[in-house]
Amino acid sequence: MQFKSMVLSNLEVSPGYFRMRMTAPPAVIGATPGQFVMVRINDSIDPLLRRPFGIFDLGTFDTEFTDCGRQSYLEILFRVVGKGTAMLSRFHRGDHLDILAPLGKGFIPGDPSGEKILVGGGIGLAPLYFLAKELVKSGKVRLFAGGRSKEDILCITEFERLGVETYVATDDGTLGENGLVTEVMERRLEGRSGDRTIFACGPHPMLRAVATIAQRLQVPCQVSMEAYMACGVGACLGCVMKGCNHTESTPDYRCVCKDGPVFDSLELQWD
Amino acid sequence: MNRPDLSVELAGIRLRNPVMTASGTFGYGREFADYLDLSAIGAFITKGLSLRPKAGNPTPRIVETTGGMLNAIGLQNVGIDAFVAEKLPFLRTVDTPAIVNLYGNTLDEYGELAERLDRLPEVAGIEVNISCPNVKQGGIVFGTDPAAAREVVDLVRKSTIKPLIVKLSPNVTDVVVMARACADAGADALSLINTLTGMAIDLDRRRPVLANVTGGLSGPAIKPVALRMVWQVAKAVQLPIIGIGGIMTGRDALEFMLAGATAVQVGTANFLDPSAAGRIAREMEQYLTEHGVDDVKELIGALRA
Repeated sequence: MQFKSMVLSNLEVSPGYFRMRMTAPPAVIGATPGQFVMVRINDSIDPLLRRPFGIFDLGTFDTEFTDCGRQSYLEILFRVVGKGTAMLSRFHRGDHLDILAPLGKGFIPGDPSGEKILVGGGIGLAPLYFLAKELVKSGKVRLFAGGRSKEDILCITEFERLGVETYVATDDGTLGENGLVTEVMERRLEGRSGDRTIFACGPHPMLRAVATIAQRLQVPCQVSMEAYMACGVGACLGCVMKGCNHTESTPDYRCVCKDGPVFDSLELQWD
Repeated sequence: MNRPDLSVELAGIRLRNPVMTASGTFGYGREFADYLDLSAIGAFITKGLSLRPKAGNPTPRIVETTGGMLNAIGLQNVGIDAFVAEKLPFLRTVDTPAIVNLYGNTLDEYGELAERLDRLPEVAGIEVNISCPNVKQGGIVFGTDPAAAREVVDLVRKSTIKPLIVKLSPNVTDVVVMARACADAGADALSLINTLTGMAIDLDRRRPVLANVTGGLSGPAIKPVALRMVWQVAKAVQLPIIGIGGIMTGRDALEFMLAGATAVQVGTANFLDPSAAGRIAREMEQYLTEHGVDDVKELIGALRA
């Protein structure tokens, strides 16, 4: 759905990373983890297109300003990477945004009894927090969080507060292990068996590594993809990825916005 | 005061208002049904259709530029068989004319597609794409050579009795020459402009941003060029014109009508605001009401120049 939203807070949680809370209609509370929002930053033509963000969190709080006494909200976590996100970082409580949400297909929680392995790289942690909140209700959740440096490991205490067991790796060794988070994850999974599912979000090379490891160890794996997109509703075909059956004569392109952003890792071609 | 009359007739298709949605920006209609009452717009044009499924270009396919965006989708589409099986049933449920945009890799493919679409009652009209800048065949070859354009339009004309619109490229020296060629070959209407060929460069990586290197520029940045071309063509040919290029508001749409357009197509605006086409129609009505214009047709070509 499309709605006007008011910013409730916008905090810099780490240098260059912002956590924004905004009002949402009650129906948005039905969103599933992994779904995303498209934010129109202003009414002008600069920036022109909406920006996509995974849902970091959502919920309700008591208020005297609505008929039912409750106000629904959603949160996004974003990194300032360009003009659009720089403008968004300067939004304050009371500013307004035009939102499309919830969009796309989210994570499928699967068998509640199994172990859940979350793998996030940098800003890829954003949709995993919402997912972790759901998954901890039914079982063991482990998070492998990676980033270039300690500043890129976001909201880790929030995950820990949920009871998630966290493992951290940074490229420069400033937090957790020195190295790739996928290597840490691989060591943790290797040689153990049992019912497990991987849920991953992060940069493309990280997701490709996770998909490869998952396939080798035969662990089911869902990945949340990021792509340039114009519309978010499956019309522009700008955000496509090659599906597993893709050939030039029998195209199998999947829209990240509509068929994803969450895919089974076996659904995609990882070349 | 009565509500102003926004209806127009275009190549035999009656439109409740002049706002159509441009091919490639509106999927097959259904994608926007959650955001927009499809019965609030005049017509919609479906994604460029080919005989066989088409993969399209590698990614990145889109990039935002100042006041616009570049795309090089490469005419990815499901092909006519899947269109008939999967997309057509929805068109039946909508009380708004659906016009099918088509393109061929060869002259014969244009003819065959038009013949097959001619048999489908759900298809209100055909828009022939001879102007996609992003693929070698299927467009621009036919869109920049008046003799080739004449040949395509002539063949499609012989293959269908449905209203026939030809979508023109701005990437030519003289758009009027192309417009005349299409008019002579039997087009019922002309839509213009398609995207302007452009390019974006990533300085730090020293590479083009788009995998296709070049792409088609759309959005508000191209509106002045589009207005000029609509105005030129309107003066030169008798056919009704559909104005396209950076329309974001009702005022933009009415400017195109003053320049000579009978209807307009909203494109890039659908991406940033999926309800844009309905809003633009409402804004047009509001403008007419505020300015005491009873009938939008009074504004067609009414530019004082």
